[in-house]
Amino acid sequence: MNRVAWWRLALMGLAVTFGLFYTLPNFFGEKPAVQISTAKATLKVEAAVADQVEQALQTAGINHQGIRFEENNTGNTVRVRFADTDTQLKAKDLIESTLNPGSLVGRGLPASQPENSAAQKAAERVEVAGPSSYVVALNLISASPDWLTSIRALPMYLGLDLRGGVHFLLEVDMATALTKRLDALVGETRTLLRDKRVRHQGIARSRNGLEIKFASPDVREQGLKLLTEQVIDLDWQARDTGAEFFLVGRLKPTTATRIQEFALKQNITTLSNRINELGVAEPIVQQQGADRIVVQLPGVQDTAKAKDILGRTATLEVRMVEDSPEAAAALLAGRPPASVDVYQERGGAPLMLKKEVVLTGENLTDAQAGFDSQNPLEPAVHLTLDSKGARIFREVTRENIGKRMAILLIEKGQGEVITAPVIRGEIPGGRVQISGQMTTVEAAETALLLRAGSLAAPMEIIEERLIGPSLGADNIAKGFNATAWGFVVISVFMMAYYALFGVVSVLALSLNLLLLFALLSILQATLTLPGIAAMALTLGMAIDANVLINERVREEIRAGANPQVAIATGYDKAWATILDSNITTLIAGIALLVFGSGPVRGFAVVHVLGILTSMFSAVFFSRGLINLWYGSRKRLGRLAIG
Amino acid sequence: MEFFRLERTIPFMRHAVVLNVISFSLFIAAIAAIALRGLAFSIEFTGGTVVEVSYSQTAPLEEVRASVQGMGYADAQVQNFGSSRDLLIRLPLRGENSNDQAQEVFKAIAAQAQPDNVPELRRVEFVGPQVGAELATDGLIALLFVIVGIMIYLAIRFEWKFAVAAIVANLHDVVIILGFFAAFQWEFSLSVLAAVLAVLGYSVNESVVVADRIRENFKRMRKATVQEVIDNAITRTMSRTIITHGTTEAMVITMLIFGGPALFYFAVALTIGIVFGIYSSIFVMSPMTMWLGIKREDLVKPVKPKEDEVLSP
Repeated sequence: MNRVAWWRLALMGLAVTFGLFYTLPNFFGEKPAVQISTAKATLKVEAAVADQVEQALQTAGINHQGIRFEENNTGNTVRVRFADTDTQLKAKDLIESTLNPGSLVGRGLPASQPENSAAQKAAERVEVAGPSSYVVALNLISASPDWLTSIRALPMYLGLDLRGGVHFLLEVDMATALTKRLDALVGETRTLLRDKRVRHQGIARSRNGLEIKFASPDVREQGLKLLTEQVIDLDWQARDTGAEFFLVGRLKPTTATRIQEFALKQNITTLSNRINELGVAEPIVQQQGADRIVVQLPGVQDTAKAKDILGRTATLEVRMVEDSPEAAAALLAGRPPASVDVYQERGGAPLMLKKEVVLTGENLTDAQAGFDSQNPLEPAVHLTLDSKGARIFREVTRENIGKRMAILLIEKGQGEVITAPVIRGEIPGGRVQISGQMTTVEAAETALLLRAGSLAAPMEIIEERLIGPSLGADNIAKGFNATAWGFVVISVFMMAYYALFGVVSVLALSLNLLLLFALLSILQATLTLPGIAAMALTLGMAIDANVLINERVREEIRAGANPQVAIATGYDKAWATILDSNITTLIAGIALLVFGSGPVRGFAVVHVLGILTSMFSAVFFSRGLINLWYGSRKRLGRLAIG
Repeated sequence: MEFFRLERTIPFMRHAVVLNVISFSLFIAAIAAIALRGLAFSIEFTGGTVVEVSYSQTAPLEEVRASVQGMGYADAQVQNFGSSRDLLIRLPLRGENSNDQAQEVFKAIAAQAQPDNVPELRRVEFVGPQVGAELATDGLIALLFVIVGIMIYLAIRFEWKFAVAAIVANLHDVVIILGFFAAFQWEFSLSVLAAVLAVLGYSVNESVVVADRIRENFKRMRKATVQEVIDNAITRTMSRTIITHGTTEAMVITMLIFGGPALFYFAVALTIGIVFGIYSSIFVMSPMTMWLGIKREDLVKPVKPKEDEVLSP
């Protein structure tokens, strides 16, 4: 009755092989590497870059240990492995100069904030280099051989609490995203009504929509027809208040959802680009819930710098400058007109801007420093607008030749005019150049500021974690020690108490650990300190199944059963109990997985997987081993069960 | 080797009332502790900032405390963490840019440090007020989910009386763990919450094992009274109970010893939970099922005699 079926043996062998192979990559450690990713949203890292790098390294006589081109959703990367850090550093400089010719080596951070002192600004300017195409960063990658990687056996990903780094949770201010969209809709509606010659008596923005006043119901009817067709983001309805005729546009719920989703995506993209400029090796920028973004920067220790880049809740607006003599006189008198906002120009002079927003950062897709197309010696900033932005820009420039247009950067509620150039002529096509009276450094700085401005909505840091590298190493050592000692104590006890059955239990427990490691590696789950704790706890709980079985077998023997029968009934009777108890533990594990966040989820993933693997190893695998040992013996006198 | 060779059934249920009085008083004490002292929630729940710094020599606790309080944090806590060289500074939420607190404080204490004993920034945690409330609700929902889930499972698998008894027994464990955390003002963090929920799932195991035996005994011991059936079930699962919990406890205690300060309270919660888990599933759950009036018919489906086989005189 206890003979081992061939399929059981095959399955046991398969499980052990699977466990071994997929756990293996975790033992090779890490090798220094150089990682190349793109610095611009418009540029993709292609496989050709890998060839280019390989050639450059060959010509310079630098030995590498493999170049890998990887495609993933956060952007493609090329990674080159080296034997030691010396070669890594040499290679980094070489790759940097090969891929980014002409740029300075030390890349600056777009960190100039309005409140920075002049001295700080000067210091930053030295760092700001010309625009680089690629980010070349130092990194550590797994040293496991390529054949393991090719069967998708990858090492586990270590969480920040084990490797050190910073973690941020950012919340996107969705109310502002909606308000901004409504503001833009006011502008669109106004342009549309003017173009189609529908006369109205003013457009006002309400809390979640806008209101247009008309002189008569007939005109309103025209307006309703036009707007229902053209401005589809709003639900239009007529409303009479006494002798006044209004059209009320309310934001459609689907549109609101779309705007919020867009704002989140846009912010994630912007953050990813900004983080790329930091040159972090393996950053994580992920959506969490409806309005939150998680940012994890492994290895980064300078939170102030990182926060400077993330927390800059900058938004960009393009508005017309009010420069009529009457307004200027009113400003001098200290009573600027109600239709303008007064801002400081970079340099100090006050500048009046019309309240109406022509364009926002949403419509700006790129900003790069370069040179004037007419006069190649003069530095300039080149802007690229999306199609809607291009259309509006064309109209505005056509109608305002000779006037000034200002680009306003709003940070933490404070606006600053980055630049206020004069419009020379109509600008079609969405490619805009700002030039005149600026140095290359100023051009680069302005471009950085403009790019930084393309956040769809402001964000706030609502959670922050910094883990020093020494703490990470400590955590690994302590977690590992706790698990290892626990394992030793349990093993010694089990073997002493249950003899051969104990040895089998310990083998099953080892397989459980192996499978758990393999599964976590395959799933590329992030291992955290709570995860290690869960591993230890799960081992402690998994042995429960073997104790149950062994006790049952003993009991059967005591009741006078024949050894072979005792094994069979012991396992069978224990199975029902094991299933019951694992299901209740699983219920708790799933609750943690579903409702937990952060560290709790890290715990729950390992806990749940551990329970599942333990059912296989403790029951199926250990039964197989016992059968292998005793199953074929016809006359079995005594079981070695202590 | 064998520790427990119990030949005779131990009459546990004879002492059920006494044991439950002890349980009940512990339970009341725990509730009193929670009500009077409250739980010392970590910043994950309350919001705030924690800064962990490590000095190369003994940390100047008093000086750091003075300088932190000098910065206007009257209710900041500064204490040793793990060793005399490590310090943990807790700052409450303050105003808008709370997330800059950590940097400011670290700069200040680094500036006043002796040149031969400089602090190293080990860890910063900032949690905004938005997150904390959410975590607390999520935690409660998770607890509810576990309780309802386990009850439904036990009610289907066994009988509602077992479900009720098992949940009462295990909630009693949870409340006692919380009572310890409140009485000693140990920090109640997210990982402690995870430990509490894991214990809840785990100690139900114990109840399941005993319940399983009770059911089996009802089938096997046809003449025995309910009390005898339960006593026998407990006696026969005793060995297994103590050994499995012993092994799990061994694991948890190594975690307590080697796991360092980060896992300390997690391990503490598990240690208490497992010890009381054994106790409650034996001494609380079993008598509870008895008092709820468990009967043989509840668990053993009566076999209907086949009607067509009639024997008449």
